[in-house]
Amino acid sequence: MRHIISILMENESGALARVANLFTARGYNIESLTVAPTEDLSLSRMTLVTSGSDEIIEQITKQLNKLVDVVKLVDLTEGGHLEREMMMIKLRAERTQREEIKRLVDIFRGKIIDVTDTSYTVELTGAASKLNAFIEAVNEELIIEVVRTGPSGIGRGPKGLSL
Amino acid sequence: MELSGGEIIVQCLKDEGVEHVFGYPGGAVLHIYDAFFKQKELKHILVRHEQAAGHAADGYARATGKPGVVLVTSGPGATNVVTGVATAFMDSIPMVVLTGQVPTPVIGSDAFQEVDTVGITRPCVKHNFLVKRLEDLADTIKKAFYIATTGRPGPVVIDIPKDITDPGIKIPYHYPNKVKMRSYNPVVKGHLGQIKKAVKILMEAERPVFYTGGGVVLDDAAKPLTDLVDTLGFPITQTLMGLGAYPGSGKNFLGMLGMHGTYEANMAMHETDVLIAVGARFDDRVTGHVKQFCPDATIIHVDIDPSSISKNVRVDVPIVGPVKQVLKDMLKVVNEGDKKPKQQALKKWWKQIDKWRAMDCMKYDKKSELIKPQQAVEMLHKVTKGDAYVTSDVGQHQMFAAQFYRFDKPRRWINSGGLGTMGFGLPAAIGVQMAHPKAEVAVVTGESSIQMCIQELATCLQYDLPIKIILLNNGYMGMVRQWQEFFYDSRYSQSGMSVTPDFVKLTESYGHIGMRVEKSEDLEGAMKEAFSHKDRLVFLDVVVDPSENVYPMIAAGKGHHEMYLSPGSELV
Ligand SMILES: Cc1ncc(C[n+]2csc(CCOP(=O)(O)OP(=O)(O)O)c2C)c(N)n1
Ligand SMILES: [Mg+2]
Repeated sequence: MRHIISILMENESGALARVANLFTARGYNIESLTVAPTEDLSLSRMTLVTSGSDEIIEQITKQLNKLVDVVKLVDLTEGGHLEREMMMIKLRAERTQREEIKRLVDIFRGKIIDVTDTSYTVELTGAASKLNAFIEAVNEELIIEVVRTGPSGIGRGPKGLSL
Repeated sequence: MELSGGEIIVQCLKDEGVEHVFGYPGGAVLHIYDAFFKQKELKHILVRHEQAAGHAADGYARATGKPGVVLVTSGPGATNVVTGVATAFMDSIPMVVLTGQVPTPVIGSDAFQEVDTVGITRPCVKHNFLVKRLEDLADTIKKAFYIATTGRPGPVVIDIPKDITDPGIKIPYHYPNKVKMRSYNPVVKGHLGQIKKAVKILMEAERPVFYTGGGVVLDDAAKPLTDLVDTLGFPITQTLMGLGAYPGSGKNFLGMLGMHGTYEANMAMHETDVLIAVGARFDDRVTGHVKQFCPDATIIHVDIDPSSISKNVRVDVPIVGPVKQVLKDMLKVVNEGDKKPKQQALKKWWKQIDKWRAMDCMKYDKKSELIKPQQAVEMLHKVTKGDAYVTSDVGQHQMFAAQFYRFDKPRRWINSGGLGTMGFGLPAAIGVQMAHPKAEVAVVTGESSIQMCIQELATCLQYDLPIKIILLNNGYMGMVRQWQEFFYDSRYSQSGMSVTPDFVKLTESYGHIGMRVEKSEDLEGAMKEAFSHKDRLVFLDVVVDPSENVYPMIAAGKGHHEMYLSPGSELV
């Protein structure tokens, strides 16, 4: 099953490498990984998407917790949570296709953020599954480039992941 | 007090209570070595290869429980020490390793003797640091010792760029006496509810077994373990890393378990209904095929490291906490409770175990003219009255030492169990002998392993270390040869080791005493003579039967109940 693991970790230079290393060293699957600073400059927040059996996910969270730079960790998929990912997708948009693409972008509540005579660049935000659906919906031959941030997530409700 | 970086390092080590540092100098650590030169309290042991510095510090730590400390230079100094670090990591040995690094302004420029030490060591340390500011140095050293020695212990590397130790730059010195890290909080107490639950299960057990490992030794929990086992009257088996915690001559001891464990220990594991694992990690050499591991057992697992629990084998009652405290609490719950172990069932269980014991699975030919390696280890036990510190290398000799020395005390058996590092024995013995100058320290080794760190004979001379090296010389990488005999139709590909130096002459050229013994009947005299040289290193080359194999043996991937017991035997 797919899991979204959210991690608060020390904003140290080696921290990201430690997490990445752990996944390669132990052969865990890693779908995506995003990391950025938080309001507290000494902490970074990492969102990691992985998949595996319950046993493997248990090992992954235990091993992550064991890393000295990891301050706190939560498997968001264990409770209600929100997931968002941003994608910029560049599409071939010649005269005949332009209307069709625009319609599709509207349906997905995306934005066209760059336009040339022959192309559109579309910005789209949502759960990873929604971005996948958009990619499926456009004609494959029109896709010039896809750039995705990888999902980040947050728990539902008033409580936050903090120290 | 204003100190330079080099002086801060020396002062921190003193304030931390360090007495010995194992190391080797080089460009990036010259400032530190200069600070060493100007003081007397901290003793520096100059090894002949940085790998040995790692193993020596490791041996020191295993024998004392105190962290071992290493100091090496950047680049090749750091890469040479990696084997030592990885060895300590696999066996959870507390160590602090200081490596020099090129000056901060040139890091990343492929400077002379630059290597990404933090990157290279990351997968085999508990944690590592690169010190980027002089102001962080003392704090970092404090954290390193704290991390290395608490929770599940392990090696910590501190990479120190040369400019940080510049003698021209001094700052006020203050060694923090406490550390708090929000991201590192090892568990300090096992959950009482879980402990009670475990005890309840133990009292219901009909065929219980204790399976204990290196964690018991690391946490100095031999006493509560022995008390608990004896109070309950349960059988106990120990891993290669756990030997000596419960006395090897104790009546409840079934011997070691696993690949070269005893018949009775492995059969008991296979038939048990309640397994209590303490400070052990269900390593593949212990479990054999995990699908067939303890098929009928409810499993209780006590360990300081939550990630060890249910990693390889699903556990029913996990107890995360320091082994010593948990065992003490268990004993208390047992003593204060009104329930007693099931005596009738236990009696039956012991009867079964005695039947297995009667197979005498470790028998060997005692009348052989050729010296049998088992016999050599038993002789070592006899001559040292079972009270020596025994280090070993890796191979058949290691297994024979583990099986036949019957360690009665913890921290006496010092070997590389997890990484299986040939070359460990002699340097580890240096660390042990530094820590216990008066104790008898023996290295049980093979002619192949000993050659991997033989240069340390010079270190032993320099520091007058009266180590006794017992070489079980079978002219082969015996363990490799054994596998080739069993699984490759005796095609002995590259496992012959008949070309060796004359070890007697070699030892003499290093300034020690060399001896060689070839016949069974001369063994006792030779061993006694070797140990009669109280203040000299003696290298005893024992020529043993080259065809001897280690039994019992569970082939890799087999279950505990499938063992080879003797030459030519079928699986039982
Ligand atoms: C550094 C290293 N290289 C290779 C091995 C693989 N290996 C395990 S046992 C062994 C043979 C050891 O031979 P020896 O030291 O003579 O001991 P014996 O088995 O003959 O007692 C080898 C090569 C190892 N464990 N460590
Ligand atoms: Mg050999």
